[in-house]
Amino acid sequence: MRQMLSIRVRNHPGVLSHVAGLFTRRAFNIESIAAGPTEDPDITRIHLVAQGDESQLAQVTKQIRKLIDVLEVEPLSYAGAVTRELALITVYSTHETRRDILLVCQALDARVVDISSKVITLELSGNERQISNAIRMMERFGIKHIARTGMIALPFESITEEGREIMS
Amino acid sequence: MQKLGSEIVIEELKRQGVEVSFGMPGGTIMPLYDSLYQSEIKHILIRHEQGAAMAADGYAQATGKVGVCMATSGPGAINLLTGLMHSLMDSVPIVALTGQVPTTMIGSDAFQEADVYGMSIPCTKYNYLVKDITKLPKIIREAFHIAQSGRPGPVLIDIPKDIQVGTSEYEPDATYEHSLVDYQPPLEVDPEGIARMCEVIRNARRPVIYAGHGIVLSGCSDLLCQFVRKTQIPITTTLLGLGIFPLSDPLCLGMPGMHGSHTVNYALSETDCCIALGVRFDDRVTGDVRKFASKATICHIDIDAAEIGKRVRPQVSLHADVGAALEALLREVDPGDYSAWREELSETDRRYPLKYNWDGTVKPQYFLEQLFEIAGTDLIMSTGVGQHQMWAAQFYPFDSPRRWLTSGGLGAMGYGLPAAIGAQVAFPDSLVINLDGDGSFQINIQELATIDQYDLPVKTIILNNQYLGMVRQWQEFFFERRYSESYYTRNPDFAKVAEGFGIRGMHIKEVDQVRPVLEEALSHDGPVVLDVFINQEENVLPMVPSGAGLMEMIEENYG
Repeated sequence: MRQMLSIRVRNHPGVLSHVAGLFTRRAFNIESIAAGPTEDPDITRIHLVAQGDESQLAQVTKQIRKLIDVLEVEPLSYAGAVTRELALITVYSTHETRRDILLVCQALDARVVDISSKVITLELSGNERQISNAIRMMERFGIKHIARTGMIALPFESITEEGREIMS
Repeated sequence: MQKLGSEIVIEELKRQGVEVSFGMPGGTIMPLYDSLYQSEIKHILIRHEQGAAMAADGYAQATGKVGVCMATSGPGAINLLTGLMHSLMDSVPIVALTGQVPTTMIGSDAFQEADVYGMSIPCTKYNYLVKDITKLPKIIREAFHIAQSGRPGPVLIDIPKDIQVGTSEYEPDATYEHSLVDYQPPLEVDPEGIARMCEVIRNARRPVIYAGHGIVLSGCSDLLCQFVRKTQIPITTTLLGLGIFPLSDPLCLGMPGMHGSHTVNYALSETDCCIALGVRFDDRVTGDVRKFASKATICHIDIDAAEIGKRVRPQVSLHADVGAALEALLREVDPGDYSAWREELSETDRRYPLKYNWDGTVKPQYFLEQLFEIAGTDLIMSTGVGQHQMWAAQFYPFDSPRRWLTSGGLGAMGYGLPAAIGAQVAFPDSLVINLDGDGSFQINIQELATIDQYDLPVKTIILNNQYLGMVRQWQEFFFERRYSESYYTRNPDFAKVAEGFGIRGMHIKEVDQVRPVLEEALSHDGPVVLDVFINQEENVLPMVPSGAGLMEMIEENYG
């Protein structure tokens, strides 16, 4: 099972160490982590995707909640939230493959941000499925580098509170 | 008024009611020690910072107050960490103040610089690196609040030297609002949870109460006793819970787990209703967790939500202060008739009592029985970690809380001597015994100097088998008696060592010396180190092998 968690924390220099330290200390399986400022300069939002069975995920959530700096932990479901990730992918290209690559980019709604005679770097944002799909499509051309931001998300406000569980 | 940072720290400590701190000065914390010098807060100069953290812990555990320790940057602060980790594992409220290199030098690999903030993250409940002098009062108030609220724990404040010598406008009576808006230990007891527990208890035939350190921390052993007597449900108390319910009461079954009694482990394996109060289902208690209380409806009350469902998933749980929950339970509970179950357990206890074979030699269990006959329960006892600790837990019947100081979760050898110092500082007129092993004693043996310097009448009793005894026991059982590095081919003469520190040293080598020498040692009005040569290859039994179920106990010595 995978679980996406949206965590609001007090913003200070040590807070990421506190959150990240938990993962090694408690042997949690974390797939991705992304942190950034919010509408309130005193609060940072951290998104992470954790993996485990139901009781492991419950433990991850409770241990994060227990950190003094954590204000709120909100488990998000993929159905109940807008999820986005940004990926930069550098693909090997030759005279023969360039046209194909550009066609795939177009189909994927990816933007070309750099191009040379040997490589093309493209920028793509989307949900996890879209990013994985793009990577798969590019693999046959040969991928030189991938950089991914990790998932960020916000709940669909248009969906009623009912479907969400807020751990506060 | 304008105050130095170091003065603000001392003012705030006084405001928190701090009477004593334990530590050792060094370069970056000298300004704070200078302000301490000019204040009425007492300071105990320890010989190794690990001793400072552990003495603060002993003080805190014996009194229920926050223990305070101090160290300089780098090595000093790092030496505190073992003690802080112990306090975190055993939920003891501590505030540790450490010096740090000036803010402008942080990160430059300055002399005695270490990332103590980073290193102490996993060893503390919370920690601070002070970067702004105006935040000092707020930080210290927060630290004390965090240390002693909810599930208590250690908080470290790393204070760079320039913050200590800087000045700031300070009004002791001003309110410095803390920003812990969302840190809120549970206050309410969910009546629905209480109702469900009462229902489980009413329908149970074979209930058992499994209670621990949470009862001590909540200060509710009286309520627990009322609850046990009202319901007539048998109780087992954990290593850290010894004393919360008197062992002399027939309803008290003893200690559970790896070195628990047969009866307790049987009760936990056969129970249909396990009422877990302020405990965390430690692996040393449960053994193989899949076999633990596997026939039971488990009810768990704990102040730390993360403990609920961490190792054992309870059917009924309450996230609450155990004292508040017990009050509600006591009001609502309508117990069933458990007399057949109690009779079964008494019968089990008659068949499998906690026992040892006395062969006329100085067996540790025999020694502890003699010690109890002389000293009784009106004492505070600290221990190291290992066989002596387990024998004391098995054979010394404590009957009130805060008298038994031991390192349970972390199992930090060397805890006994500094913890006894902390307890003796808190209670100068009480009998404080550091019951130690020869291995554990040597870990913080330097604190004998502290005992002498402050004329603390701590009685150290070493159950000396010249082995790392618990290691030797495991090697005997599980490593075909290959005693790899567990034997001290030469130990110092601890009595002579004590004399060198200005402390009276005594020996017991023969069984007929036990009573007279022990009586003399305990009646001596100063500190004593009593080196007791015990039967070297005595084992702690029963023993549940690591990872085995509770009923897979080894009860007899292997041929």
